[in-house]
Amino acid sequence: MFLATEAVTHAAEAGIAEKAWLIPLLPALSFFVILFFGKKLPKGGSESGILAVGLSFVLSVLVAFDWITNHTVVDQHWVWWQNGHAKITIGQHVDGLTVMMFVVVTFVSLMVHIYSTGYMHGDVRFTYFFAALSLFTASMLFMCLADNLLQLLVGWELVGLCSFMLIGHWFEEKNNSSAALKAFFTTRVGDVGLMLGIITLFFAAEETFHIDTINKLALEHEIGHGILVASAVLLFLGVMGKSAQFPLHIWLPDAMAGPTPVSALIHAATMVVAGVYLVARVYGVFWEGFSIEAGGLNWMALIAGITMIIAAALAFVQDDIKRVLAYSTVSQLGYMVAALSVGAWTAGVFHLFTHAFFKALLFLGSGSVIHAVHSNNMSEMGGLKKYMPTTFTTFIIGTLALAGIFPLAGFWSKDEILLGAMEGGYPYILILGLIGAFMTACYMGRCVFLTFFGEYRGHGHPHESPRSMTVPLILLAIPSVGIGLINATAFGIDNFTRWVPFHIPGAEHFHLEHHDFNPALAGLSLGVAITGLLVAAMVYYWQNVPAGLRGATDRGLLRGLKTLLIEKYYLDHLFVGGVVGFIKGPLARATYWTNQKIIDGIVNAVGSGTRIVGRFTYDVLDQKGVDGIVNGIGVSASETGGVLRLVQSGRVQQYALMLFAAVGLLGLALIFFT
Amino acid sequence: MPVILAEYAGQNVAFWIIALTMAAAAIGVVTMKNIVHAALALVVVLAGVAAQYVLLQAEFLGIVQVLIYIGAVIVLFLFGIMLTRAPMRKSAEYDNDQRVLAGLVAVLIFGVLAYLLADEFGFSGPEADKLHLTTPTQTTAIADSIFRTYVVAFEAVSLLLLAALIGAIVLARRD
Amino acid sequence: MPVTQFVLLSAFLFCTGVYGVLARRNGVLVLMSIELMLNAVNINLVAFSARLNDAAGQVFALFVIAIAAAEVGVGLAIVLLIYRNRVGVNLDEIDLMKG
Repeated sequence: MFLATEAVTHAAEAGIAEKAWLIPLLPALSFFVILFFGKKLPKGGSESGILAVGLSFVLSVLVAFDWITNHTVVDQHWVWWQNGHAKITIGQHVDGLTVMMFVVVTFVSLMVHIYSTGYMHGDVRFTYFFAALSLFTASMLFMCLADNLLQLLVGWELVGLCSFMLIGHWFEEKNNSSAALKAFFTTRVGDVGLMLGIITLFFAAEETFHIDTINKLALEHEIGHGILVASAVLLFLGVMGKSAQFPLHIWLPDAMAGPTPVSALIHAATMVVAGVYLVARVYGVFWEGFSIEAGGLNWMALIAGITMIIAAALAFVQDDIKRVLAYSTVSQLGYMVAALSVGAWTAGVFHLFTHAFFKALLFLGSGSVIHAVHSNNMSEMGGLKKYMPTTFTTFIIGTLALAGIFPLAGFWSKDEILLGAMEGGYPYILILGLIGAFMTACYMGRCVFLTFFGEYRGHGHPHESPRSMTVPLILLAIPSVGIGLINATAFGIDNFTRWVPFHIPGAEHFHLEHHDFNPALAGLSLGVAITGLLVAAMVYYWQNVPAGLRGATDRGLLRGLKTLLIEKYYLDHLFVGGVVGFIKGPLARATYWTNQKIIDGIVNAVGSGTRIVGRFTYDVLDQKGVDGIVNGIGVSASETGGVLRLVQSGRVQQYALMLFAAVGLLGLALIFFT
Repeated sequence: MPVILAEYAGQNVAFWIIALTMAAAAIGVVTMKNIVHAALALVVVLAGVAAQYVLLQAEFLGIVQVLIYIGAVIVLFLFGIMLTRAPMRKSAEYDNDQRVLAGLVAVLIFGVLAYLLADEFGFSGPEADKLHLTTPTQTTAIADSIFRTYVVAFEAVSLLLLAALIGAIVLARRD
Repeated sequence: MPVTQFVLLSAFLFCTGVYGVLARRNGVLVLMSIELMLNAVNINLVAFSARLNDAAGQVFALFVIAIAAAEVGVGLAIVLLIYRNRVGVNLDEIDLMKG
C-alpha cells in the first residue's frame, strides 16, 4: 500500500519501524471520529482521543525498541507530484531522533488527554477540545516523521493552527482570542523566514526537499557557504518564531490564556520544541551555515543566550503562576537552542527530552492548583501543601528537576549543555548558562514558596484534584526523576547518546564531539542551582532578607529595573506602536498616496491618452482622411460626370458632328495603318 | 455588248459639265443664306442627278428621279418652309456654331474617301474602264428584278410608304 | 467613262450633305442636306450597276428614292409639330435631351 518508488532502507529487516506511519495516522483518524461522532459518544469524544494516542504510544515504544536493537534507518518516500525533475514526495524517516520525539509526544499527549477529562469536565466545548488535541498530536507526529522539508512545513503549519485553535478555546473573552491571534501572527512572522529558507535550500540542493540529502550536501561542502548562511539565518527565523527566541518570544506568555492542559502539551513539551527539532534535524545546514565548529559566538548562540537570561529575569516579576512557567519555558528553550548552537547536539536533544517531562508535570501541577483555588495568581495562593499533597510532591519533583539538582533529569541534560559550551569554545554561553541556572532555581523557588508554603491567602476551599488529574502527575513525575539516568555520563552510562545519534548517511566522516564528564563543571552548576534555591528560600520562605536590601526593588535603579521587567522590556509597545503603528500610519498613507497619485495617475493618463488617440483617429483619420477619400471618389465621379455631361448638349447636330468626325478619323487610321 | 472607252469622250465632257454644276449647286444648298434659294439649288442638284442617270443609261430611274424628287419632294420642302414660317429672305441664322468643325470633318471624310477610291479604281487603266453600257434600255431588267427577285422588298417598301403616309397625316394634323 | 469620276462625284455630294447636316440650323435645311446624301448614294449605286451590268443597283436606287420620299414626308411632319410647339424650328433650341 505504501508504494516506495525510491525506497532507501539501510538494512534488510527494518521490521515495525516501517509501519511508523501508523503513529500519526491513529490520532488523525481519531480527529475525524471525534469531529463526526464525538457528541454522540458517551464520554464526549475523549475516549477516542485517549485510545488513539494510547495506541500510538504503544507503537512508538515498539518502534523505539526496534530502533534500539536494530539501528536501521528507515527512509522511504512516495512521489505524489512531479514538476519537471522536481519531485514532491510524502514519506517517512525513522531514526533515533524521530523515535525519541514519538515517545515524548505520545506520552505527554496521553497524560494530557487523561488529565483533560478531569480538568475540562463540563466545559462548553469539550468535544471540540479533544478533536483539536487529536489533530495536534497527529500533526506533531506527522512533522517528526517527515523525511522532506515540505512535509515538515505542513506539520509545522498544522501545529500552529492547532495552537491558535486551542489558545482561543474560551474565545468568549477578548483576551483569549487576542492572545491566540498574537501567537499566530508572531509565529507567522517567523514562518516567512522558514519558507524562504526551505525554498533556498531546495534550489541549493539541486531541487530536492529531502532532508538527508540536504544535510549531506551541506556537510560535504557541496552547497556554497553563502547560501548556507542565508538558509540557516532564514530557517532560524522560523525557529525564533515557533520556539519563542528573543525577540519573537512575546507570544508564549500570552498563550497562557488557553486551558492549562493546552499549555502543558503545546507550549511546554511539544509544539514549542518544533523549532529545536528543526535545528536538530537539519543540523548540517546550521553547522556549516553558522560555522559552529569555529567557536566564539555565532548568531544562533547570541540569540539563545539573550533568550535564556531575559526570560529568566521576567519570571521574577510574574504573579500568574502559569506565566512564571511560561517564561521558564522560554528560558529553557533558549538553553536547547544554545546547546545546538555550540555543537552539543546530543545535549540539546537530551534537554528537549527531559524538559518535556518535567515541564509538562509542572504545568499540569499548576493546573491542578488553579483548578483548586479558581485563580491563576500566586498572591491568592499559599500554604497549599497541606490541602494538595500529591500535587505538592510532584510539583517539588518537577521544580528540582528543572533547577538541575542531582540526580534528577534536568541536572544531566543541563550539565551536558554547559559542558558542550565549554568544550566547544563558547565561554560566553557557559557564563550565561550558569547565570541562567542560578536564576532558574531562584524563580522556581519563589514560585514554590509562594504557592505551597506560608498561609493560604485566597478565599475558596482548596482541595486535592480528582484522580484523573493526579494520576498523570504521578506518571510524569517518574521520568522526571529517573529519565536522566539513561545518559548519566558520570557513571559512564550513555544510552541516549547511542540511541539518538546524529548520523547522516553519506556523510559518515562527520563526527560530533562527545565530551567526557567534567565533575568540576558539574559541581559548579549544582552549586549554583542550590544557591539559587537558598536565596529564594531566604526571601520568600524564611522572609529573612538583610535589612539593607529589604524593599530594595522599590527604590531607585532596582525600581526602574523592576518596571522594565514588568513592562516586559517594552517590547510589546515597540511591536505594536512602532512596527504596527508605522505600517498603519505613515506607510499606509504613503502607499495610498502612491496609489492615488502615481499609479492612478498613470492609469488615468493611459486612459485619457487612449481617448485622445481615439478622438484623433475618429476626427482626423476617419472623418477627414478616410471619409475624405471615399467622398472624394464620389465627388470626383460626380464632377467627372458633370464635366462629361456637358458633352451631352441635347443638340443632335453636335452628336452627328462627333459621329462623322470619328468615322473620318477611323478612315484615316485605316489608310495609314494598312 | 461592251463599248470601248474612247468612244465615250462626249459622255465624259457631258459628265464633267453636269458634275461641276451639281457640285456648285450642292455647295449652294449647304451654304446659302436664303432658304428658298437653297431649295432651288437642291432642285438643280436633283436635276443633275437625273442627267447622270441618263448618262449611265438608266433612263427609267432618271425619269422617276425627276418625277418624284423634283416634282414631289421639293414641293414638300417648299411647303415645309412656308408652313414653318421660316424667314424667306436672307438670314444669317441658318448656320450654327459648329460649321468650322463640320467643314473640317466633311473635308476629312472626303479626303479619306477620295484617297481610298483613287487607290482602288484609279483614273486610267483597265480597272477604270470597266463600265458596261448596254444599248437597249435596262428598264425591262429593272422590272424583272423588282417583280421577281426583290418582290418582297418591293412590297415592304409599299408598306413603308403607306405607313409614312398615315404617319405624316397623323403627325401633322391639327386637332 | 471611268467609274471613278462617278464615285468621286458621289463622294463629293455625300460630304457636302454631311456638312449641311452638321452646320445648318434650320430643320428643313437639314432634311435637304439628307436628300443630298441620299442622292449621292444613288449615283453610286447606279454607277456600279452600270459597271457590273446588274440591274440590282438600279432597283435599290429606286427603293431609296421611294424611301427618301417617305422619309421627307414624315420628317417635315415632325418639323411642323416642333414648329407648332415652339414657334421656331431652330435646332439649337431643341435640347430637351440636354444632360
